[in-house]
Amino acid sequence: MTSTAIIQLFVFLLAGFVGFQTISRIPPLLHTPLMAATNAISGISLVASLVLAGADQSVLSTVLGTIAVGCATANVVGGFLITDRMLAMFKPAPLEAKEQPSS
Amino acid sequence: MIATGIQLAYLSSAALFVLALRALGQPTTARRGMQMAAFGMLVAVCATLVDQRIVSYEWLIVGLVAGGVIGYPLGMWVPMTAMPQRIAFSHAFGALAATLVGVGEYLHGFHEGTLTHGKTVALGFEVFFGALTVTGSLMAFGKLQELLPGAPITFRGQNVFNLSLFAIGVVCLVWLVVSPYDTAFFIAILAIGLAVGVLMVLPIGGADMPVVVSLLNSYAGLAAVATGFALDNNILIVVGALDGASGFILSMAMSKAMNRSFANVLFGAFGAEAAGP
Repeated sequence: MTSTAIIQLFVFLLAGFVGFQTISRIPPLLHTPLMAATNAISGISLVASLVLAGADQSVLSTVLGTIAVGCATANVVGGFLITDRMLAMFKPAPLEAKEQPSS
Repeated sequence: MIATGIQLAYLSSAALFVLALRALGQPTTARRGMQMAAFGMLVAVCATLVDQRIVSYEWLIVGLVAGGVIGYPLGMWVPMTAMPQRIAFSHAFGALAATLVGVGEYLHGFHEGTLTHGKTVALGFEVFFGALTVTGSLMAFGKLQELLPGAPITFRGQNVFNLSLFAIGVVCLVWLVVSPYDTAFFIAILAIGLAVGVLMVLPIGGADMPVVVSLLNSYAGLAAVATGFALDNNILIVVGALDGASGFILSMAMSKAMNRSFANVLFGAFGAEAAGP
């Protein structure tokens, strides 16, 4: 095993713990928005797709890479747009509830 | 010089993602957290675009524009009530990207003769988790959209069948690591990944589907981690690990909030006969 791989394993382990720590104890209200947001974040494979599509290795690689770029972009764009829509919908709700308690 | 700049941009992007996840956990800061995550993604993509390995840009632009055109209606036109199935559908896209990158990298390494044992492990995991997430997400989408029957589908000997399929997958992976140039085993891992995705979601009922979608999110994250190991890319490892861990803990929290058995969902078919009613 190379030292790079060992360092990468450390990075993986520590980032995993950070993920566990930041997400534990979140209110159920935020479960669905968080699911949408992490879905958008998982579109990070766009970074790898870009390298494959642009590296000009072979026709097949470029084709696979271009499809991958398209799919990952759709994931990222759609994911963030819908998370924003969702959060925009329920963020002002408590304010409205305070303003019009009678309705 | 450029390489250092890219790495520093990745570093700041990783910090943005961690802060974003933290902010997403509180209702008052959730929207800012989402914006931070989007900005972090933008930083990571822009940094990648100046990478020395990228020599031609025309197909990148085609892919980015096509993805934007598909992604916009997916984000803006889907009704809020169709949220879980839309997320599942989006997962299928993201995981398909990871799988295609895995296949592309394997083929490239195969032709160049640069497949090492370490890289092959990463690619095997990437393709397995990617393929599993693609079909699993499509199944979840079909069940939630009521294109497929929502009731759990079980058959005789399901546990044994799934477990042996899984075991064959592991054996194939081990074999591929020992001799990385055996393409048949790479294809077998891909096929088994696709099959496991379908079989995993088959015995789970429609009510448990949101938990499954969140769990598939975790698998998509793990596929990204494997991509990061294969390509020596730290941002993929960090963000994939964040996604993998948070997706896992989120599906645990969701099944608790919905009073469902998490073990039942996690093991799907494996635990269904024992844990099911």
